[in-house]
Amino acid sequence: MSNPFVSNAPQRRRKLERGSKSTLLLAALAALAGLIGLLLAGAHPLVKWALAILMGLASGWMIWLLTEGNQEEPFLRVVKRERISIWKKIGVRISAIVLALLVDALFILCVTGLNPIDVYVTMYQGTFRTNRLIMAALRDWAPLLLISIALAPAFKMRFWNVGGEGQVLMGALGSALVMVYVPQAINTMFPPETAAGLLSGPVIYLLMLLASVALGALWGFIPAVFKANFGTNETLFTLMMNYVAIKIVSSFFNLWRGKASALGQLNMTTKVGWFHGTTVLGVRNVTYLSTIIFALVMMALMFCYLRYTKHGYEISVVGESQRTAQYAGISVKKVTIRTMIISGILCGIVGFLIVGGKDQTISTATAEGNGFTAIIVAWMAKFNAFYMALISAFLIFLEHGSQEITNAYQIMNKYAADIITGIILFFIIGSEFFINYRLVFRSVRKEVR
Amino acid sequence: MEMLIAWILRTVSFGTIILFGAMGEIITEKSGNLNLGVPGIMYLGGFAGFAVAYLYEFSSPQYIPFVGMVLAVVCAFLAAMLGGLIYSFITITLRANQNVTGLALSIFGQGVANFFGAFLLNGKTVTQTAVHHVFQAKIPFLSGLGVPGQILFSYGFMVYGAIALAFFLQHLLNRTRVGLNLRAVGENAATADAAGVNVTRYKYMATCLGAGISGLGGLFYVLDYNNGIWATTDQIEALGWLAVALVIFATWKPRNAIWGSYLFGMLYWLYQYLLPLLGITVSSYATDLIQMVPYVVTIVVLIITSLRKKQEDQPPQNLGIAYFREER
Repeated sequence: MSNPFVSNAPQRRRKLERGSKSTLLLAALAALAGLIGLLLAGAHPLVKWALAILMGLASGWMIWLLTEGNQEEPFLRVVKRERISIWKKIGVRISAIVLALLVDALFILCVTGLNPIDVYVTMYQGTFRTNRLIMAALRDWAPLLLISIALAPAFKMRFWNVGGEGQVLMGALGSALVMVYVPQAINTMFPPETAAGLLSGPVIYLLMLLASVALGALWGFIPAVFKANFGTNETLFTLMMNYVAIKIVSSFFNLWRGKASALGQLNMTTKVGWFHGTTVLGVRNVTYLSTIIFALVMMALMFCYLRYTKHGYEISVVGESQRTAQYAGISVKKVTIRTMIISGILCGIVGFLIVGGKDQTISTATAEGNGFTAIIVAWMAKFNAFYMALISAFLIFLEHGSQEITNAYQIMNKYAADIITGIILFFIIGSEFFINYRLVFRSVRKEVR
Repeated sequence: MEMLIAWILRTVSFGTIILFGAMGEIITEKSGNLNLGVPGIMYLGGFAGFAVAYLYEFSSPQYIPFVGMVLAVVCAFLAAMLGGLIYSFITITLRANQNVTGLALSIFGQGVANFFGAFLLNGKTVTQTAVHHVFQAKIPFLSGLGVPGQILFSYGFMVYGAIALAFFLQHLLNRTRVGLNLRAVGENAATADAAGVNVTRYKYMATCLGAGISGLGGLFYVLDYNNGIWATTDQIEALGWLAVALVIFATWKPRNAIWGSYLFGMLYWLYQYLLPLLGITVSSYATDLIQMVPYVVTIVVLIITSLRKKQEDQPPQNLGIAYFREER
């Protein structure tokens, strides 16, 4: 079979000078120009046809250049990069996002007929138009960032913890359990004045936190023990633990709602366990300020933990090679279990913050699928907490923007967000290739003989 | 007795959905690709099948349900393959991380299906009755033979197709040269490459065809199990994850996936049929705990397989690892 990357044909010097990096660049530029032209051009169909033909020809040229075999030296081959400068890295990422936005624009234009630039402006306004919207974006950003931070050490250790969702839910359940049952217990055990004092004081919050941490840690600990001792596949184990957690939460949800159609806020009248609201940026009754602050603190702490501590070093050694870790005297078992407990504890705290601060109630949708989204965030950021903050902010921006376009345009529906996000994710994930590998083009050489 | 028969009928058609999903994923994983995009792929397949059947019925004056059925199956397969192709390009050619790509594909597939679903139907609820009847056509005569006839012969053609496909895939994987090469690619791509197997082509083919098969599961869900109704729910997503779990449960053997899927179906519907059979009524919060059973069983099986450490029950050795020839 002819393989573009390997040459096995007899030498044909005649063809040697045919293609080079610059011709390919030219073809790519022509294709890109055609695409942009298609998006911007006026309604005249002739212009559009011409541009479409130009685009087609240019793409065909590119494909021909890339696949043409039977050369002494292949036109294009892939080589691993030793290192890459930070500017190139940023350049690759930005061009990936720009390309993704172009593809998304094409999708918007072709399917809905809306002007993509208007749609993007509307998306931007969805997050930044008012202070209230900015706070709403921060409210959704903090949990996503926190869960990503929680999952990062496990991933860095090459432990595929896809159970963030379940760990957050169990943490939330811990807080909810305390909110529902502890006030009853305290009221029966103590005289009324003491009970009221206890319930309004810090004790209840401490109990909620402890219960959340315990349950979250348990949900991280169980798969870790089996992975460490028997090598049980952790991807599926943690995935299944999500469903077990969902069913447990839904069981309590149904128990507590009784005959009502939905479970309202817990402790509606006494407000026990609710975080106090404050006014931020002119937005009143913000109960999730603590979540945002905690997320910022954890971002710095996790960065230092992974980069500057002995634990962090052990995690990266285990992630790189378990055999090396054993040889260096690092107990893989201990590191696995310890790291997963940390992961679980952090997820549990997120559950506590959501139940106490943002929602004051619990349901199977408490984690909002962030346990899965966080996997993408943590991996794309290469476990760097500051990048995670950027990427999660970007994803939340897309989500809120998509809600806005759903409201603004009748033709859109909320699932457009998933498509737009999906395409951008594909491009960012794929762009990683150009950071790790280098394309080597055939050089144009003069004949020696 | 009627309750028991109803339970079995439910079990088999539920099992067929995840059986398709799992068979596709087995083929994919045998080539060393761990595709977590199965939910998204099933969405793509299910939606494409539904949309084509709907558009065909809408536009054609001489409407033949059988043609609608064929179109639905072909388009579901192709749409799902397209999803697999995106995944293949990113993970095989660009060598990106497989788990993350799979999750992104899940988001994307779900988005595409639900967006165009809402777009196409514009708020209406449409039932594809005619096509649905073709899908659920029972075997004539045999299905009328009392209880055994009802249990064995009263399903649509895709149920039997799934079983036949499972046996075919089992044969393909274990008894043919293609299967041997495919397994070699999944176990150790470098060795297969050295032996002259075209690793890239095998990975692409296995992942795309596997995605196509998984997509049929989504099609079966919409046009048979769900009585031809397209509903924008999260149901398919949960089924997709169950299919991924079933792959492990069946220890990467299509033949085991058959009974595994029916066991899952039985456990999944346990809460609705077992208790009435025994004459017990429980409140809704206890039902949730019974619904937990299939997941707990999967975990237990997972643990037992890892404890036994049998050579032939292990996942393909290179599962989840991208292959780059120059890397040593």
